[in-house]
Amino acid sequence: MNQNTTIERLPAPRKPGRWSIPGWGLLQGLAVTGRNMVESYYKKERMTTIQYPEERAPISPNFRNFPFLVYDTDPAADLRCTACSICEKECPPQCIYIVLDRDENGKSLKRPKVFDIDLSVCMNCGICAEVCPFDSIYMDGEYELSTDDRFGGLLFGLDRLAKSADYHMKLRPEQATEVMARRKAEEEKKAAAAAAKLAKAKADAEAKAKAAAEVKTEEKGESE
Amino acid sequence: MSLLAVQFAPFPQITREALPLLPKTLVEWLLAGFGAPEWLVLIAGFLVAAATVVGVFAGGFALLSLVERKTLARAQNRIGPNRAGWFGILQPVADGIKMLTKEDIVPAKAEKLLHLLAPIMIVVPSILALGVIPYGREWIPVPLELGLLFFFAVGAMTEVSIFMAGWASGSKFPMLGAMRAISQMVSYELPLMICALGVVMVSGTLSLPDIVDKQGGFHLGFIPAWNLFTPWGLVAGLLFYVCSIAEANRCPFDLPEGESEIVAGHMTEYSGFKYALFFMGEYLGLFAISGLGITLFLGGWQAPLPGLDFVPSWIWFFAKLCAVIFSFLWIRATFPRVRIDQLMRFAWLCMIPMALLTLPAAAIWHFTGRGFLSWVVTVPLLLIPWVIITVIYNKRLAPTLRTYHFAE
Repeated sequence: MNQNTTIERLPAPRKPGRWSIPGWGLLQGLAVTGRNMVESYYKKERMTTIQYPEERAPISPNFRNFPFLVYDTDPAADLRCTACSICEKECPPQCIYIVLDRDENGKSLKRPKVFDIDLSVCMNCGICAEVCPFDSIYMDGEYELSTDDRFGGLLFGLDRLAKSADYHMKLRPEQATEVMARRKAEEEKKAAAAAAKLAKAKADAEAKAKAAAEVKTEEKGESE
Repeated sequence: MSLLAVQFAPFPQITREALPLLPKTLVEWLLAGFGAPEWLVLIAGFLVAAATVVGVFAGGFALLSLVERKTLARAQNRIGPNRAGWFGILQPVADGIKMLTKEDIVPAKAEKLLHLLAPIMIVVPSILALGVIPYGREWIPVPLELGLLFFFAVGAMTEVSIFMAGWASGSKFPMLGAMRAISQMVSYELPLMICALGVVMVSGTLSLPDIVDKQGGFHLGFIPAWNLFTPWGLVAGLLFYVCSIAEANRCPFDLPEGESEIVAGHMTEYSGFKYALFFMGEYLGLFAISGLGITLFLGGWQAPLPGLDFVPSWIWFFAKLCAVIFSFLWIRATFPRVRIDQLMRFAWLCMIPMALLTLPAAAIWHFTGRGFLSWVVTVPLLLIPWVIITVIYNKRLAPTLRTYHFAE
């Protein structure tokens, strides 16, 4: 039932000792179903069926199942994930498998080389999204995941897990807006700190130079 | 050369009334033209006439299985089957293919032969019963002199086959369902037959075509002279209606196959095409009992208003049949199943006394000239006991306002 349809109040049950016309209740029942039969042909709010493959019900912002990874612009270069493996360790059914990407010298590139989630194991608890400190992993709204390959078809790699920040915004606007604002603030703070550091370094350098110059002149004076 | 010697008589004229008999006429004409002996023509004609009836009602069964689902869906504000074909029109075909390709499972403890025979035995009597009903002025497949007797005689066979199914399955649910079916059908067959007896008394014949003929004409120029529009006929007709629901194992009297309690009753251990045969038998039985009710009380193929005779009589019959079947669907969509003790008590304490009362009422109606005097005598004769029965019945059995001690 839609929320705007009012539920018809049923007549109160017959009190003991009071007589009614025999069969009146039966006729009332027939009237209810009869009205359904007629009105369902022209009243939109009576027919609440959603013809599934053609139509879809909008999912609520709190609807969540299997996780996905967020990238900002480019799935290859710009994945938020840093392969820190916190989600891998927290995952109760151990469905996440991460391999850190390294350069030829063995130095960490702070991004995953392999990030696999086995959907047949995942239990949709959302702990990975809860613990991620990099706003990288969130719960998805995708529900059409049936496949005829129960092993390969349900093992999602980076190619299928990485989804854009725009997708996240569309899926859960409230959460995504909050995350974006926070990330932006952090970035600005970082930039400001860097700028401040830079300014301080500059100031220090200048002060040093000044001091050095002063020392020089003093030395000069002394030498004269 | 022999083909050239064939002597075709001129093709008999087909009136609109005799249109459903076209296949029979055609086959008879062809056979006679080819010089077949007279007995062969007779047998072939009967076979084709029977095939026509079976074909019509098998098609009706397929259609009804769809219409029923659609109607129930609409009564619950759903859409119903709409995927197979245009508006789900191919759904019966899809169901048929599914039923035919399913595995046929026979339980290890089953009586193999009876288990096989029961679904066949349930379809046969329904088809036999359909044969004696007059569908139109000229479309009477088997014009039996004792048509009504024949109908009830073969109709009683369905009970045997239901019990056969329950017994042969060698399992508990079918057995319980079959026992319920027997008690229910025996209880309801009694008022059903007594109600039909009043019609026989007034019409003075057991032949169904004659019973329809006797209901021709109109009172006051516009009220059809059907048995339903007499005091005893109204009571008998309503009782017959309720009994026919119970006889056809339809909701709210579908106890023998109460899904919530005993899975599917006598059909529990059946699958595939045997299950489909049970379904078919049930629907054909529904058609047959509705057809009999129309014949006895709703004037058979008679037009409902004067001046509507230009429409062929068999169309009127099928219009009435559709209306009655729709009322069955509506009732199924509305009422929940009754309990077995309520069902039996209703039959023995309410239906049978009222049905017995229609007999003297019909007799008085007949012997007081079917006029004003008859109304004056028969209406109180039926109304007063009805009030007493319903009042006593209500007082003892009607559900009262329930008070909850812990909820609310």
